[in-house]
Amino acid sequence: MENLSEPIVQIRQLTKSYHRGEQLVPVLTNISFDIFSGEFIALMGPSGSGKSTLLNLIAGIDKPDSGSLKVSGIDIATLSEADLADWRAANVGFIFQFYNLMPVLTAFENVELPLLLTRLSRNQRRERVELALSMVGLTDRMEHYPSELSGGQQQRVAIARAFITDPVILVADEPTGDLDRASANDILAMLERLNSEMGKTIIMVTHDPHAAKSAHSIRHLEKGELDVTN
Amino acid sequence: MSVPLSYIWRNLAARKLTTLLTAGGMALVVFVFATVLMLEEGLRKTLVETGSPDNVVITRRSAGTEVQSVIDRDQAAIVENQPEVAYSANGLRLASKETIVLISLAKRNSDKASNVLIRGVGQKGIELRPQVEIAEGRMFRPGSTEIIAGKSVAERYKGAGVGETLRFGQREWTVVGIMDAGKTGFDSEIWGDVDQLMQAFRRPVYSSVILKLNDPAVFPQLKIRIENDPRLTLEVKQESVFYAEQSQLLANFIRYLGMILSIIFSIGAIIGAMITMYASVANRATEIGTLRALGFRRKNILAAFLMEALMLGAAGGVVGLVLASFMQLFTISTMNWQSFSELAFSFTLNGAIIIKSFAFALIMGVTGGFLPAARAARLNIVDSLRAA
Repeated sequence: MENLSEPIVQIRQLTKSYHRGEQLVPVLTNISFDIFSGEFIALMGPSGSGKSTLLNLIAGIDKPDSGSLKVSGIDIATLSEADLADWRAANVGFIFQFYNLMPVLTAFENVELPLLLTRLSRNQRRERVELALSMVGLTDRMEHYPSELSGGQQQRVAIARAFITDPVILVADEPTGDLDRASANDILAMLERLNSEMGKTIIMVTHDPHAAKSAHSIRHLEKGELDVTN
Repeated sequence: MSVPLSYIWRNLAARKLTTLLTAGGMALVVFVFATVLMLEEGLRKTLVETGSPDNVVITRRSAGTEVQSVIDRDQAAIVENQPEVAYSANGLRLASKETIVLISLAKRNSDKASNVLIRGVGQKGIELRPQVEIAEGRMFRPGSTEIIAGKSVAERYKGAGVGETLRFGQREWTVVGIMDAGKTGFDSEIWGDVDQLMQAFRRPVYSSVILKLNDPAVFPQLKIRIENDPRLTLEVKQESVFYAEQSQLLANFIRYLGMILSIIFSIGAIIGAMITMYASVANRATEIGTLRALGFRRKNILAAFLMEALMLGAAGGVVGLVLASFMQLFTISTMNWQSFSELAFSFTLNGAIIIKSFAFALIMGVTGGFLPAARAARLNIVDSLRAA
């Protein structure tokens, strides 16, 4: 495991609010914390506590109002739209609650999608995708479309898509939220393996205390603030 | 690297009915567009190829057409003996003094009457038009009441087939041959002996004189001499130019009417494409958000949706052109306003029309797809992911 003393995500005085009509609704206020390389943390909290917003900010698909957000030393809040897209492609793996696979692409093509943004050749991409799908146990389902796969299988395709580019952090928004218990356990075991065997830093938003147990540590959010009692 | 083409293509294939209807709408517009161009081209080809560049048509000054032209015998004789006129093998001048008469004939299928142009030609009339061949029967004998009919006339008018008789100019005329003029304007004419026709119609004058030059390069000097001769009130034109001018009015009418129709229809097709593409963007908001999260840039998304619209346009273009190509099988006839006679011609497809029509289809696709594609590219990632 890598050096735990160097934070891979450094969050300082992060503030974010949304406009709801004329009103400005604060979602996150003065959030500061660090995530270290190789950590697996769960973000928990009631609906509207801002946990998904925090995850979106760390993943670079949303921008904070103020504060700094450094991932591997880069303040991503200052990047331009296009640079941020390139940064995400290279550094972030996404796992969504509803898998978000492209319905018209096969499992293989879905996993290959992020690699299209790299300089890898067709053969190199094929090798990588086959390896990733074998790691999630779907070698025999490569040519299947998402509609031909179960929820658990779809989420495994999504996980393969998330780590195919070897990103710095994996962000998972309720990854087990749409799955039955057995499939959920399957997915959680897979995330644990990614963390322990491949040293991936994982940030997971969840409602489910059972899912949160897979993480090394849990951060609670309450009305846009970190609950420091935990 | 951009969004894979397979993703774009399969999204179109996944929405078969919408894709089909949208592309079908564009195909119809392309069909109309291509058909109009083919019509104009067919007309132009028919009339322009009627004329040959080393022949010269002489008409009365400002007459514009042979129908309105009058040349008296003295003037015709002066013109015929100009030094630039070529000689035939048997030592005669290659010139034909001709007269044009319009008669009304009933059509075979409907009995409706329509104007047909009768051309009285001299002995050299056929020799001057190498594109005219006797396809059936034989040539008329000089000094007789025999006539030959153009292919389209023989097919379309009562009494114009070989062995049949037509009555005009207070005489019975026997059709002894059918001429194939290679789809030129002569296919829509009836030819007979010029002297017989002038007697029958009591005409003391010719309508035009056709000459063959011994060298096309001498045309300017002949034109200057004849047009400046105080005894003559004539106008000299190359035959190809003369017929091209005849097609101008009708060709322009077809073109402008067709373009206006195409533009109005295309607005409908563009709006159709726009609605389809907006729906496509709305249905796939989550997919767009996901692609953006994975690192695809706004311009990649814009390009993907524009490509989708282009594919719709291209499909419409191909189908429309295939449909339009079948129009080549049809021959239509219309009144040529410059000669007041009926002219038969066919739809003609060529490379330029294919390119123009296909480009038109792509332009429709891009125009319809641009706003929806821009909207897709501008979607906020978080909002579109939440749209699930």
